[in-house]
Amino acid sequence: MAPGTKRDRIRPYLYLLPAAVLLGMFSIFPLVYGFGVSLCRFGIVFERFVGLGNYYRALTDTEFHHSLLVTIYYVIGTVPAGLILSYIIACLLFQKLRARGFYRTIYFLPYVTSTVAAAAVWRWIFHPDTRGLANTALAALGLDTVGWVQEPNSIFKVFGGLVGLDLDWPGPSVALFCVILFSIWHALGFNIVIFLAGLSAIPSEVHEAASIDGARGWKMARHVTIPMLGPTIFFLMIISTIKAFQAFNQIYVMIGERPMAQARNVTVFIFSRFYVAGETGYGSAIAFILLLIILCLTMFQIRILGRRVHY
Amino acid sequence: MRWKKLISHTILLLGALAMAFPFLWLISTSLMQNVETQTVPVTIVPSVPQFGNYVEAFNAAPFARYFLNTIIVSAAVTACVLVTSILAGYTFARMQFKGKDIIFTIVIATMMIPFEVILIPNSLLIQRLGLRSTYPALILPWAASAFSIFLLRQFFQSLPSDYHDAARIDGCGEWQFIWRIAVPMVRPALITVGIFAFLGSWNSLLWPLIVTDDWKMYVVQVGLTTFLEEEQTHMNYLMAASAFVTAPVIILYLFAQRRFIEGVSGAGLKG
Repeated sequence: MAPGTKRDRIRPYLYLLPAAVLLGMFSIFPLVYGFGVSLCRFGIVFERFVGLGNYYRALTDTEFHHSLLVTIYYVIGTVPAGLILSYIIACLLFQKLRARGFYRTIYFLPYVTSTVAAAAVWRWIFHPDTRGLANTALAALGLDTVGWVQEPNSIFKVFGGLVGLDLDWPGPSVALFCVILFSIWHALGFNIVIFLAGLSAIPSEVHEAASIDGARGWKMARHVTIPMLGPTIFFLMIISTIKAFQAFNQIYVMIGERPMAQARNVTVFIFSRFYVAGETGYGSAIAFILLLIILCLTMFQIRILGRRVHY
Repeated sequence: MRWKKLISHTILLLGALAMAFPFLWLISTSLMQNVETQTVPVTIVPSVPQFGNYVEAFNAAPFARYFLNTIIVSAAVTACVLVTSILAGYTFARMQFKGKDIIFTIVIATMMIPFEVILIPNSLLIQRLGLRSTYPALILPWAASAFSIFLLRQFFQSLPSDYHDAARIDGCGEWQFIWRIAVPMVRPALITVGIFAFLGSWNSLLWPLIVTDDWKMYVVQVGLTTFLEEEQTHMNYLMAASAFVTAPVIILYLFAQRRFIEGVSGAGLKG
């Protein structure tokens, strides 16, 4: 009846085996293998060892730098707006209101929808010719049509041009702007749910005490709620930033299989090097630079969070 | 107070309308005649709803095959994730063995590796194994999830140890204890893990795109992107196809909303 001691000793390892083999094969091994590939000239098959050659190439590759710039635009476009909107909605939903469940269902819906299907609708809304909905709205205002998802010029130039201003400022392309709007919409429900979890973790005494001391509205938010939500806000900032590096589906669907440089973030750039150009070694090097960036962001998050949690 | 509630409702309603708008536009366009999608100014609501568009779109590309593939892959991924995370999560929570801490740390560390980073080596590996355009290629890389292991470990840890002791006295082995007693007790967590495994698999595009060349092995998301490129002239069909591709997860969401929300809140606590 009682199992032998030897069997007991190997049992945990047996139970871990399936997960360990799979994670080892498809997460850990590829990390080592990928780093090896990044040190080689590697097309469809191995050609030769080039050391850090692929990394040097990345340092001077303007297309890669452009993909970083696109990612930065994307972060600036999605993170603050996404956080502010979701904070407001979460605060409203945190009150005792009728139909709270209904609102939450609607706000969270885009997050579960397939990004391909959802991006297909957005591409249709921002269709470059006159039958698109966005262009119809512009026409109703008596303005010219815009190329939207096919427009590589900067938002300042194009939208300024609509109202007769000649703004030649650098900025995200209109195509990227459409993707940014999509991404804010798609991730909003996720942010709201995280904010709601953060709000419910604040002891109610804190708000009560502050309100006895006369804190209301904006003052309450500025001096009580937002500081108490510090860890949540940092978590969302880091997660949204990492997501900006990783966004792929929406760009692939809205802009196209081979998107213009003005709408290519780092992940799409890796994909295009590997899948379209067949530059496996160089693509791997870029992937490792991406890993380094993401690790730095995560470390930053852990340090900040570690500090913020102990007040 | 009254005013405050009224303002809250107004903002929330306008926001909800903006959030729901793309869905409404999707459904409206999917029911239009093709000419109605080409009018300037646009038609907002179809004059006669064309439910036949869904059938036409479904038959315009091998969607039946895409759905079959996706169901097989998503179901297999969900089952594998559940089994591997139950076993590993339980082991980390309840068993003592040499090297536990270091193994656990390594498992947790794999959570930090973004999939985009190991995309290329994984694809080369699949190629080497001769698995391109096969079900295992679509399933295996997703069959274990460090986050699910972590989540289930938390739940198994919170079970009182009395159950375990009592079961032991009654002669119940470890294996039986896991499946007969521990697993039913963490059912809500399992549902959450299962839902996210299924959702992730159903909605994934990048990996299937890279490892399948043969349309017979396409999953719905890849099939839909191909259809989107080919059928530019039939917006109504494109929208109908987008609707039925995403319908299964939306229905799942409407039925199991609480688990979805809990899963996401759980992800937040992880940070």
